[in-house]
Amino acid sequence: MLPNSNEIQYLCRGTADFELLPSLPKLTPFSQQACDFLAELSSEIMKNPESRQYPDVITFGFFCRKGNVSRLKEAYQGKIENRLGRGVSFHIAPSNVPINFAYSMVAAFLAGNACIVRASAKPFRQIDLVCECMNRVFAQDRFKSLHDYITVVRYPRSKEINDYFSSLSDVRVIWGGDATISEIRQSPLPPRSIEIAFADRYSIAVFDAKAMCAAENMTQIARDFYNDTYLYDQNACSSPRLIYWLGSEEEAQQASERFWTAIHESLQGKYTVEPVIAVDKYTAACRCAIDLGAEIKPWRDNLISRIRVSHLRADVIDYRCAGGSFFEYAATDLNALRDIITRKYQTISYFGEIKDKIAEFILSNGLSGVDRIVPIGKTADFTLVWDGYDLISQMSRIIDF
Amino acid sequence: MVNYDEILSIPPYSMDKDQKHTFLTGVLKELSAHHYENCEGYRRIIDGLSYDIAATESYYDLPCLPVRLFKEYELRSIAEDSVVKTMTSSGTTGQQVSKIFLDREASANQTKTLTKIVSSYLGSTRLPMIILDTSAIVKNRAMFSARGAGILGFQMFGRDKIYALNENMELDVEGLTAFLEKHKGEDIFLFGFTFMIWQHFYEELKKSGYRPDLSRGILIHGGGWKKLVDKKVSPAEFKAALRDVCGIQRVYDYYGMVEQTGTIYMECECGHLHASIFSDVITRRASDFSVCEKGEKGLIEVVSVLPKSYPGHALLTEDEGIVLGEDDCPCGRKGKYFSILGRIKNAEVRGCSDTYATKFK
Repeated sequence: MLPNSNEIQYLCRGTADFELLPSLPKLTPFSQQACDFLAELSSEIMKNPESRQYPDVITFGFFCRKGNVSRLKEAYQGKIENRLGRGVSFHIAPSNVPINFAYSMVAAFLAGNACIVRASAKPFRQIDLVCECMNRVFAQDRFKSLHDYITVVRYPRSKEINDYFSSLSDVRVIWGGDATISEIRQSPLPPRSIEIAFADRYSIAVFDAKAMCAAENMTQIARDFYNDTYLYDQNACSSPRLIYWLGSEEEAQQASERFWTAIHESLQGKYTVEPVIAVDKYTAACRCAIDLGAEIKPWRDNLISRIRVSHLRADVIDYRCAGGSFFEYAATDLNALRDIITRKYQTISYFGEIKDKIAEFILSNGLSGVDRIVPIGKTADFTLVWDGYDLISQMSRIIDF
Repeated sequence: MVNYDEILSIPPYSMDKDQKHTFLTGVLKELSAHHYENCEGYRRIIDGLSYDIAATESYYDLPCLPVRLFKEYELRSIAEDSVVKTMTSSGTTGQQVSKIFLDREASANQTKTLTKIVSSYLGSTRLPMIILDTSAIVKNRAMFSARGAGILGFQMFGRDKIYALNENMELDVEGLTAFLEKHKGEDIFLFGFTFMIWQHFYEELKKSGYRPDLSRGILIHGGGWKKLVDKKVSPAEFKAALRDVCGIQRVYDYYGMVEQTGTIYMECECGHLHASIFSDVITRRASDFSVCEKGEKGLIEVVSVLPKSYPGHALLTEDEGIVLGEDDCPCGRKGKYFSILGRIKNAEVRGCSDTYATKFK
């Protein structure tokens, strides 16, 4: 029985009885129904005038469009034909990224699962907006039968409710970091169920200094970097904390001046530094000066805090600070990354023709972290391979014959 | 080197803007050089910023240290064995506290400076004193922090002291009645922390109906307004409420912090906090740490001539305030006068009476 049911707010209510969910037919990955539903959801979102106020909603709508989903499906050809969704998926979305719940749900749905999604308890309009669009699609006759597969809820912290949804789950997906993971893990899963947990991670950027000096479109670069960092107060796990300049001292010097000048320009009128962030950033820089012997690069104002280190100490990431605080390091090779990269590192974003070099470095050194290598500007783009997991494969099972 | 005897012979509110600027720049520059020589943490920050102390032309340009660093690092400019006193900010279990290291000279100078500032309000004769706090505060070593130190520091302005609250934080009505009977017709000095006064003195008086006559009282209180802001009590309401329950007219707030003990900022008769010549406040914009205009809200930097045993002579606080004017307060005191708006949002909870207050939330 569902406990404390009056604490649960339904944003999109599929099944009336959660106990029936385990007996719903499992869908095949990229089933026709699921793809059709997403295409319809996409157009519902795109034609809603309110969506335009929220770039993240538009990006999600764009992700769900027919062309993109077919392209994603194509990439799985030959890998999904003998698979079915695992069954019921239960998602705990992060509290700070409004639209993340929707991607988690789409990945599970595309893998063939029914979804119970706990969206952020904060009243983000984006969440309601997407759910309203979904409800309109489910109201159409041809999608009515699919509605049982999708439920989106909000509820305050409650172990009882977590216990209940977990007890129904074949797959549990936890976003939101280490503290949430250990809290949710207090609720047991059935023996055969699996869990995908997205822990606290940190990311870095590797920029080819020569390429940066020669780059023509600094405005685009600045926009890309903004999306990687300031857009989420540099607080996303994919936001770079460290800029690793690949090149000689002089090249790095030149490239960084050029780069930060462009970033600074792009931040004008777009980003404001709250007093608490200004103090946090300055305090972090002082800590780095004391413990790491760092150089605090002077800048015109408090938008960008640059902390230049002459060697990368293993614990450098512990000195991080959000809101526009960056470690900088320069070297002609990637070797210093060996000293810092642990399983806590997620994304390397790059600029210049250095993708293969970075990938080769991670693979040949057998590093325990870094699951994604993406161009500058793409760190927050959702893909079905995330944090080192292929979500479609993880959330479906193989029928071997 | 800084000559404190000479400095402390200057009347606390006697210098105008230009005189004070020259004076503070000289002293603070010298202190910076001293800390650079003697405190490795400070040296690393100055080097990290590539700042040249010798080229300093104004104390406004000196790098200031974020106060939070004193919670995370043991910053001192004296040998470990010269430390005679380590002061800590109030903090509940689990919360980090500031640690401030004093040698004999620093400790003595704090007392002397506080005396100079406070006696310009109280006069130089010691008055009968009521401490609006519990007697347990200085007995209990575990509680001995900024609150205890504040009480000890202000005790020297009083005589024949009593605590208004017993060890169970209850009003000592009997003791107070006897004390007031004994000192009838005399001025009385009262001291306490703003929130404690509200919670345990004012609220109790209001409840009990006991109305002591403190019309000849002079109350000095500090420790911050955060918890009273939460209770929607303004400074004006605080004063009016106290007047209602005990007739007290003269109530002075002060602003100060354990990291710069001694150089407190007293509220004058016009309700403004004042910087003495021994210290100053600079309000800075969060966007670039540039100096705010008069009347513009900003982050508070405090500078003080006292910190010599630890590099706390220029500090960036986590408070916001407004400089209201300089040298022209109707009260006649020279120097800047200002108001404090409170802690910046989402910063760690600091302060003296504030940590106790969390229990009442």
